[in-house]
Amino acid sequence: MKRTLLDQLNAARDGKRAVAVVTDLADGAQALVYGADTEADSGLAPAVVAEARRALTTDRSGPFEAEDRTLFIHVYNPPLRLIIVGAVHITQALAQIADIAGYAVTIIDPRRGFAQSARFPRFTVATDWPDEVMKAAPPDGRTAIVTLSHDPKIDDPALETVLRSPAFYIGSLGSKRTHGKRLARLREKGFGEAELARINGPIGLDIGAKSPAEIAVSVMAQITQARHGKGS
Amino acid sequence: MSDKSHDSDDSEDILKTAAAWRDQGKSVALATVVATWGSSPRPVGSQLVIDEDGRFQGSVSGGCIEGAVIQEAKAVMTGGGVRSLEFGVSDEQAWEVGLACGGTVRVFVERVE
Repeated sequence: MKRTLLDQLNAARDGKRAVAVVTDLADGAQALVYGADTEADSGLAPAVVAEARRALTTDRSGPFEAEDRTLFIHVYNPPLRLIIVGAVHITQALAQIADIAGYAVTIIDPRRGFAQSARFPRFTVATDWPDEVMKAAPPDGRTAIVTLSHDPKIDDPALETVLRSPAFYIGSLGSKRTHGKRLARLREKGFGEAELARINGPIGLDIGAKSPAEIAVSVMAQITQARHGKGS
Repeated sequence: MSDKSHDSDDSEDILKTAAAWRDQGKSVALATVVATWGSSPRPVGSQLVIDEDGRFQGSVSGGCIEGAVIQEAKAVMTGGGVRSLEFGVSDEQAWEVGLACGGTVRVFVERVE
């Protein structure tokens, strides 16, 4: 790997840009392919560039046979994001678990009493309203969001924003009854059944979780399941 | 907020380490899992960075083939070129280096110029 390419690769990763390294396994020749919205003259055949962009979309590195050459397409996507709405007890556990699993965690709670930094020593908590925070950094296809505040004034605007985004996972804390009422409110806002079906509620896999930490495990498991397309 | 800019499958920043070790004037090689068959301990894309003093970070297996990969990496650092190494149960060498998990992996080794 040439040093210039390594530096460009590290710069792209620092800038949270999706980039793939295409390597010819026979001689080690390499080129970078950026995500679809970036023009770059990689010198690669159009079919190879298309395949690299497909790999970026599916987030899957792997070999690719191009004419008589074996290439390796190495995907470097920006980190997965988890937005947690509600700086509650479960959040203290979930933020740490998600961090270990490689997610960039954002905690949002406009209630300053909940958002005290002492409860989240390693995380910053945004105290603006969720829809405003998400306007600044819109959820994309590599974003998961959970609403845990139990307060419709906080959770609902977050859901209204995220239901219009391609987030790969949406989950909302609350009993079946609470969730039913939540869906009714969102229906009144004009959301259809297909959109509402994207919300996992009650949240988490059914593993009998009771304590906040156990619930966090069940939520992280459900997010992982969704990420790998194994969701129900 | 945690700020991570790494491959989502990796918790150490192998590529930053590669650049840092080059900045220290060391010869550096990078090993990457480019294909796997069967059960393999580390997924495609997993990387190991090695320097001339034998320092390394990351992994291309659960620890069973790193020794052999590091040897090849040192050869690439001095001799140049690239290597594609295959380790698996059907491979005599694999038994010697102990890929006990039963899978097969192909590891690409290159020098960081």
